[in-house]
Amino acid sequence: MLLKLSDVQLRFAGNTVLHDVNFGVAESALTSLIGPNGAGKTSLFNCITGFYKPQGGSVVFDGHELLRLKPHRVTKLGIARTFQNLRLFREMTVLENVMAGMHCRTHAGAFAAVFRTPGQRREEAEIRAEAEDCLRFVGILDEKDRIATTLAYGHQRRVEIARALATRPKLMLLDEPAAGLNSGEKDELIGLIRRIRDERGVAVLLIEHDMGLVMKVSERITVLDHGRLIAEGTADEVRRDPKVIEAYLGQEEGEAAL
Amino acid sequence: MSLTDILMQQLVNGLVLGSFYALVALGYTMIFGVIKLLNFAHGDVYMVGGFVGFGVLSAVGGTLGADWGGIAVAMFLSMIAMGCLGVVIERVAYHPMLAAPRLSILITALAVSLVLQNSVLTLTDGQITAFRTDLGFGGLEIGHVFITYNQMVLVGTAALLMIALETFVSRTQYGRAMRAVSIDKDMCRLMGIDVAKVIAITFFIGSALAAAAGTMAGAYYGSIWYFMGFLIGLKAFTAAVIGGIGSIPGAMAGGLILGLLEAFGTQIPGIGSEWKDVFSFSILILVLVFKPTGLFGKSETERM
Amino acid sequence: MADDAASRRRRDPAPSRPNTGVAQLLAVFDDPRKFWLAIAVVLVAVAVAPLLFGQYATVILTNALLYVVLCLGLNIVVGYAGLLDLGYAAFFAVGAYAVAILGQQTALGFWAAIPFALVAAAAAGVIIGGPTLRLRSDYLAIVTLGFGEIVRFSARNLEITGAASGISGIEQPSLFGWHIDSPTEFYYVFALLSVFAVIASVRLANSRLGRAWLYVRHDEDAAEAMGIDRVRVKLAAYVIGSIYGAIGGIFFAVNLGAISPESFSFEQSVLILMAVILGGMGKIPGVILGAFIIVLGPELLRDLGELRLLVFAVGLLLIMLFRPSGIWPSRKS
Repeated sequence: MLLKLSDVQLRFAGNTVLHDVNFGVAESALTSLIGPNGAGKTSLFNCITGFYKPQGGSVVFDGHELLRLKPHRVTKLGIARTFQNLRLFREMTVLENVMAGMHCRTHAGAFAAVFRTPGQRREEAEIRAEAEDCLRFVGILDEKDRIATTLAYGHQRRVEIARALATRPKLMLLDEPAAGLNSGEKDELIGLIRRIRDERGVAVLLIEHDMGLVMKVSERITVLDHGRLIAEGTADEVRRDPKVIEAYLGQEEGEAAL
Repeated sequence: MSLTDILMQQLVNGLVLGSFYALVALGYTMIFGVIKLLNFAHGDVYMVGGFVGFGVLSAVGGTLGADWGGIAVAMFLSMIAMGCLGVVIERVAYHPMLAAPRLSILITALAVSLVLQNSVLTLTDGQITAFRTDLGFGGLEIGHVFITYNQMVLVGTAALLMIALETFVSRTQYGRAMRAVSIDKDMCRLMGIDVAKVIAITFFIGSALAAAAGTMAGAYYGSIWYFMGFLIGLKAFTAAVIGGIGSIPGAMAGGLILGLLEAFGTQIPGIGSEWKDVFSFSILILVLVFKPTGLFGKSETERM
Repeated sequence: MADDAASRRRRDPAPSRPNTGVAQLLAVFDDPRKFWLAIAVVLVAVAVAPLLFGQYATVILTNALLYVVLCLGLNIVVGYAGLLDLGYAAFFAVGAYAVAILGQQTALGFWAAIPFALVAAAAAGVIIGGPTLRLRSDYLAIVTLGFGEIVRFSARNLEITGAASGISGIEQPSLFGWHIDSPTEFYYVFALLSVFAVIASVRLANSRLGRAWLYVRHDEDAAEAMGIDRVRVKLAAYVIGSIYGAIGGIFFAVNLGAISPESFSFEQSVLILMAVILGGMGKIPGVILGAFIIVLGPELLRDLGELRLLVFAVGLLLIMLFRPSGIWPSRKS
C-alpha cells in the first residue's frame, strides 16, 4: 500500500467528523472516495495532507507517518492535492502558478538569487522547463502567460492539476475536479486522469460527485457516510451494496445518478 | 516600610494603572470581536478623549469647579464626542476596507492613528499640556499604605463603567447582537440583525470607554500630550491579548494583571522604572508566542 | 444592506502589481530598449546630481538614497511577503549601533565590523520573527512595534549604547587609502548602495524565493499545499529586510559620525513604511519614488514645519482609501 489510513479519528468542537476510518490506496491505483454531502470526504483529504490534525489513528505514506507533519512536508514526501474551490494564485500568470509546484523540489535561496550563481540559473531554467512540461501535459501550454484567474473555468482546473503535477507526486488527491465542467470537458478530464496514472505512474485518489465519471475512471471505490467507511470495492460491488444505496437514498437531492 | 507595605502600595498603584489599561483594552477587544481588526487608532482615541475632556473642563471648570464634579461632566461629554468619532472612523476608513486584504485594512488603521496623532501634534505644537484640576491630595492611610481619594474615585469609576458594560452586553438586545456578530456575521445577517448598526454601536462604546480613561488619566497625572495614546495603546493591546482577544472579561482581567505586573515588576531589582515598558512588551511577546489565545480566549478554529 | 456598499467598493488587493506577474515586476516600459534608456538616464542623473546642485542638496539627496535602501528592504517584508512591520527602524538601529560600538570597543575597523553588524541584525530578525511569524498578521504588526520600542528603550538606558546621548565620534572609513569623509563622497557611497539594493531586489523578486513570497501572500494554504514552508519563507523575507535595514544603519552611522536613540523612533519606522506604501508596495520604481517623496517633500515645502507628518499621514490614509496600490502606475495586462 502506498497510503494507509488506520483508525483515523477527527473531532471538531465535540462533533466527530471521522470515526475510525481505515482504508488504503495502492501504488499507481485509481481510487475514488464518494459519499453524500457532509460525509467527511474533504476532511479526510485534509487529514492526509496535514491541514487537519486528527485526534487519533495513523496515516502512513510510503513508509512515513504523516499525522504530525505540516502540509508542506506532506507535499514534499510526494502527495499533491487540488482544492474543491479553485485556489489559484491571483494576479500571477499560469506559468508562475505552476512553477509553485517546483518549489519543494528545488533549493536555491536568497544568496544564490542575489548573486545569480550558475546553480541558481540552471535551477530557474529547470523550474520553467518542468512547469511548461506540466502545462503541455494538461494541454494548456499556449495559455502560460495569461493571468491564471482570467482563464476559462475548465482551464483553471487544469492549471491546478498541472501545479500539483509539478510537485512530482507519487499520489495525487483531486477534490471534485469535475465540478462545474460540461460533459465534453468531463470526458477530457477522464482521459487526463488516466494519463496521469498511465504516463506518469502517479496514483490518483479522487473525491467526486459525478457518479458516471467515478464509475468510468476508478478501479476501486470507497464510500464514506457520516464519517464512517461503509463500503469498499470495485464499481460494480459498490453499486450493488445495500448500505450504499441506503446512504444515497436517504438524501433529498443530488447523487441520483447512482 | 516593610516589604509587605511596599507590595501593598504597589498593589494600589497597579490597580490604578490596571484600570486605565482595562478601559482601553475593552475597546480593543470589542472592536476586534466585531470586525476582526486591530484598531491601531484606539490609543489615539484615548489621547484625543483626554484633550476633549480637558477642553470641556477648561470651559465649564469655572462654573462647575474643576474637581471630580466638573471632571465627571467633562468625561461624559468627552465620551459622547469620542463615541461619535469612533463611529465616523469606522464608517469613513474601515467600512470600505472590510472586503480588502488584511494588510490594507491594518495600514488604514495605522493611517487613522497617525492622522489623529499628528492633528493634535499640530494643534499643540507637540508640547505637553498641563491638565489643571482642583483635585486634592487627601487620602486614607491604612497601615503604612496610603490611598488617595483620587485613586479610589478613579478605580471606582472604572469599575462602574465595566459593570455597566457587562450589563449592556449580557442583558440587552444590542449586547447580545454584538456577541452574535463577533461569532458569525453572515448568520446574523440572515437572522435579520443590522450588522452595520451593531458595529457602529461597538465602536461608539469602545471609543467612549477610551475617552473616559483618557480624561481620567489626564486629570490624575496632570498632563496630556499628543503621543500619550501610543504607549497605552500598545499596553492595552497587551492586556487584551493576556485576557484573550475578543473576550470582554478577559480584557478587564488582562488590564488589571498587566497593571499589577508592571507595578510589581518595577520592584524587582534590575527592572527599574526605566525598564518598565520593556518589561511590558516582553510580556506581550511572551504571551503571544506561548499562549496567543490568552487566558480567556477561545482557540482559533483550524485553518481552512 | 449596508455591506453591499463594501462589496461594491471591493477593491483590488492592495499590494503590488495588479494584473502582472513576477517577470513584469520592474515594469517601467514595455519596450526593453526604452527601459534600458530610462535606467541609463537615471544613473547619469544620479552621478551628476552633486555637481549640479551643490553641497546642501547633496546632503539631502544622500538622505534620500539612504531611504531608498531602507525602503527597498521594508518592501521585501511588506510588499513581497505581505508582513506588516511597524518596527523596522530597530534593524536600522542594530546596524548603526553595532558598527559604532565595535568601532569604539574593539580594534576591528569599519569594514571588518560590517559582517558582525549584519549578523547581529539577522539574528535580531530571527529572534523576533522566528516565534511570531506563525501568528496572525496583525499580531506580528504589534510585536514588531513592541520590538522597535524595546530596541529604542534599551539604547536609551544601556551604558554601552551611550544612553540618551548616544554615541559620537564614530570614525569615518577608509578604503584602499581613500578616506571617505566629505558629503559628496558619502553621496556616492549611498548611490552605490542604492544600486546594489535595487539589483538585489530585482533578482530576489525574480527568483524561487521571490515567487514563494507572492504565493504565500496570495494564499497561504495553497502555497503550503505546494510544499512551501510558509514560516520559513516569511522568515527569509524578514531576515533579508533586516539586513537591508542594517546596511542602511551602518553607513548612516559613519556618515553622521554620531547616533542617538531618537534617530530610531517609531516615527522613523512609520516614515519608511509610508514611503513604501505611497510609492506602491512591491513595485521597485514606486518604492524608490516613495523614498524620494518622503525625504524631498518636506524640503520642497519648507513652510510645512510641524504639518509635515500630518500631511503624510493624511496622504497615507487617502492612498489606502482610493489607490491602495500606490502612486506608481500598475501595468495593464
